[in-house]
Amino acid sequence: MGILESLKALLFGKHDVSEGKKDEKPEPAVQKAEPVKTESVPATEKPADVIVEKKASIIQEPKEEKPVAEKITVGHVHMSGCTGCLVSFADNYEGLLTILDKYADLVYCLTLADVRHIPEMDVALVEGSVCINDHLSVEEIIETRKNSKIVVALGGCACYGNITRFCRGGQMNQPQHEGFLPIGDLIDVDVYIPGCAPTPQQIRNVCVMAYLLLKGNDEQKALAGAYLTPFMNLAKAGTEACGCDIMTQVINQGLCMGCGSCAAACPVRAISMEYGKPQIERDLCIKCGACYAQCPRSFFSFDVVNQYEAIMDAIDAAMQP
Amino acid sequence: MVLGNYKQVVAARSTDPEILRGAQDGGIVTQLFAYALDAGIIDGAIVAGPSDEPFKPEPMVATTREELMASRGTRYSISPNMSLIKEVTRSYGLDKVGVVGTPCQMQALRKGQLYPVGLRDVPDKIALAVGIFCMENFPYQGIIQLVEDHGATKLDNVRKLDIGKGKFWIYTERGATVDLPLKVTHKYEQPGCHVCLDYVANLADISTGSVGAPDGWSTIFVRSAKGDDIWAKAIAAGAFETKPIESVKPGIDLVTKLATDKITKNQKYLESRATEYGVGKALRNPYI
Ligand SMILES: Cc1cc2nc3c(=O)[nH]c(=O)nc-3n(C[C@H](O)[C@H](O)[C@H](O)COP(=O)(O)OP(=O)(O)OC[C@H]3O[C@@H](n4cnc5c(N)ncnc54)[C@H](O)[C@@H]3O)c2cc1C
Ligand code: SF4
Ligand code: SF4
Ligand code: SF4
Repeated sequence: MGILESLKALLFGKHDVSEGKKDEKPEPAVQKAEPVKTESVPATEKPADVIVEKKASIIQEPKEEKPVAEKITVGHVHMSGCTGCLVSFADNYEGLLTILDKYADLVYCLTLADVRHIPEMDVALVEGSVCINDHLSVEEIIETRKNSKIVVALGGCACYGNITRFCRGGQMNQPQHEGFLPIGDLIDVDVYIPGCAPTPQQIRNVCVMAYLLLKGNDEQKALAGAYLTPFMNLAKAGTEACGCDIMTQVINQGLCMGCGSCAAACPVRAISMEYGKPQIERDLCIKCGACYAQCPRSFFSFDVVNQYEAIMDAIDAAMQP
Repeated sequence: MVLGNYKQVVAARSTDPEILRGAQDGGIVTQLFAYALDAGIIDGAIVAGPSDEPFKPEPMVATTREELMASRGTRYSISPNMSLIKEVTRSYGLDKVGVVGTPCQMQALRKGQLYPVGLRDVPDKIALAVGIFCMENFPYQGIIQLVEDHGATKLDNVRKLDIGKGKFWIYTERGATVDLPLKVTHKYEQPGCHVCLDYVANLADISTGSVGAPDGWSTIFVRSAKGDDIWAKAIAAGAFETKPIESVKPGIDLVTKLATDKITKNQKYLESRATEYGVGKALRNPYI
C-alpha cells in the first residue's frame, strides 16, 4: 500500500495525505502565472500581437493552476497510420485534457499543433508503420528515436504492421510504395501498445505510468515499471503478430483454458469459440496483435494484477480534473 | 495467500426456494445477480447459459430473472464467458455488467481492466464479478466420455453433475445416482488447467463454491470494496441466510487444504515445463 499512498501523494500534490500544508505549494505557482497574464495585457494594444499572446497564455495557464510536479513532454508521430490511434487518445474526452493539464505537454502532433519538426520528447507515441520506399518516412522514424527518451509503438501498425502487412505496391500515384515495416524493424522500441485501434483506456494508463516512471519516486517508478514490463517485453519479442499467435504461443504450448478473451478482443471477429477453444479465421485476421496481448495466458503478472483494485482507483483518481 | 485477499468469509444460501431448486449449491451466483438486477446494481450479467447440447454451456447475456434461472447449475465444461465481455457493452448496450466465471476468467477480466488492449470501454463497466471455485475443467468431449462411457448413462437423461467428496457424481432425471472415482477423470482434464494457480477466484468481487459448506450451502469470500458493499446490501435485503464459517463442517480448513494442494501441484508442473520438456529448451511460462 505504500506505493499507492505515495502514488496518490504525487498525483494529488499531497492533498490526500498531508494536512494543513497542502495549499502552500499551489500559491507560488499561481503567483508565477500572474506575470504571464500581465504581459499579455499591454499586448492588447497591438491587435496583431493579441492572438499570438493569447495562444501562449492558453497553453500555459492550466500548467500554472495545478499544483503538480513537472510535466513530461509527449509527441505524437504519424507514420503510415490512419490517425485512429490519435482519435483513440482523444477519446479519453476530458481525460485527455486532464493528462495535458497535469502530466504531459503535447510538444509535437501535426494533427493538432503547428510544430513542423520532430522536437526532443520524453515520450514519442508513434502510430503507423514505415514505408521504406519513402525516404522522408525513414528519416522521420530515425529522428524520432534520436529525439525521444521513450519510444512507444502506438497501435497495431506501429507494433506489427497490421493492415500495412498486406501492402504490395502498384497503386497510383506511387506504385513503387510497396515495402512497409513496423517501426521496430528500423529502430529500437521501448513499449508496445497493440490493438487496432488501441483503446483510450490503455493509452491513458500508459501515459500515467510513463509519467510516474520518469517523474515519480523510487516506489512509483517500481510500480510503473512493473505495470509497463509486459508491454516492454512485447516490444522485445518481435514485430510479427497474427491470430496464429493464439495457436502457436498459447494452444500449442498447452496454455489455453478457453476463457474467450481473445475472441472478445478481436476487432474483426476473426475468432470464435468452438467447444471452448479459439477458432481463427486467418483470412479475416488483419494482424493487429490484440488477441495475443489480451490473452491472460500470454503474459500475466500476479504482482500487478493482484493489486488491480488499488491501481484502478489510483488511475481514476489521477484522471480527476 | 492461497485464498487471496478477502474481507470476510461465511457460509450462506439463497432465501429464494425457486432459485435453490435448480442451483448447484447455495444458489449464491443466481441470487446475487437476481438481487443486483432488481436493485439496479447491474443491468445484466454474462452467465453460462444452456445450449442445444446437454450440459454444454454457452455464454449468454442474461437481463431477466428468467434468463438467470436458465443458467443455474454447474456445467463441468468450458464456457468462454469472457468472449462476450466487449459485446455486452456494444449491441447489448449494458453499462453495469455482471459476470460470473472460474478463477481463470476472473484473471482474464482483471487483466482486461488493467490492460484493455482490445477491450475499449470495458474496464469501467464491470459492476459485479462473481467467481466460482474451480479445481479443473473439462472439454465437452471429456464430459461425454465420463458420463456416457465410464458412467454408462445417457447425457440427455442427466439432471445434475457434481464433483465432491472425492468423486464425480452423475444424478439422472429418474433418480439414479452413478459415481466415478476422480482418478478416472484426470486424463480428461483441460491441459491449460494444469498451470492454473488459483482455486477460490482470488480476483473476484465475491467468490463462492461448495467446498467447506454443508450440502445445499456455499462458502463465500467477500473480497473487494465493491463486493463488500453489494454483499452488505444483499444481506440487508434478506437475499441470503448466513452462518459463521466456523460453525459449519468441514469449514475453511478443507478449502485451504484443497487450494494449497492445487497450487502446489500446478506450480510443480510449471517448473517441470521449464526443465523437463526438451533438451536445452523450455515451454513458455505466462507468469512473468
Ligand atoms: C468447471 C468448474 C469446476 C468447479 N470446481 C469446484 C471445486 O473444485 N470446488 C468447489 O467448491 N466448487 C467448484 N465449482 C463451483 C460450484 O460447482 C458451483 O458453480 C458454485 O458453488 C456456484 O453454485 P451456486 O449454487 O451458487 O450457483 P448457481 O446459482 O447454481 O449458478 C451457477 C452459476 O455458474 C455458472 N456456470 C456454470 N457452469 C459454468 C462454467 N463451466 N463456466 C463458467 N460459469 C459457469 C452459471 O452461469 C451460473 O451463473 C466448480 C464450477 C465449475 C464450473
Ligand atoms: S485474430 Fe483478430 S485480434 Fe488477433 S491479430 Fe488477427 S485481427 Fe488482430
Ligand atoms: S484468450 Fe488465451 S486462454 Fe483465453 S481462450 Fe483465447 S487463447 Fe485461450
Ligand atoms: S482450473 Fe484454472 S484454468 Fe482450469 S478452468 Fe479452473 S480456473 Fe480455469
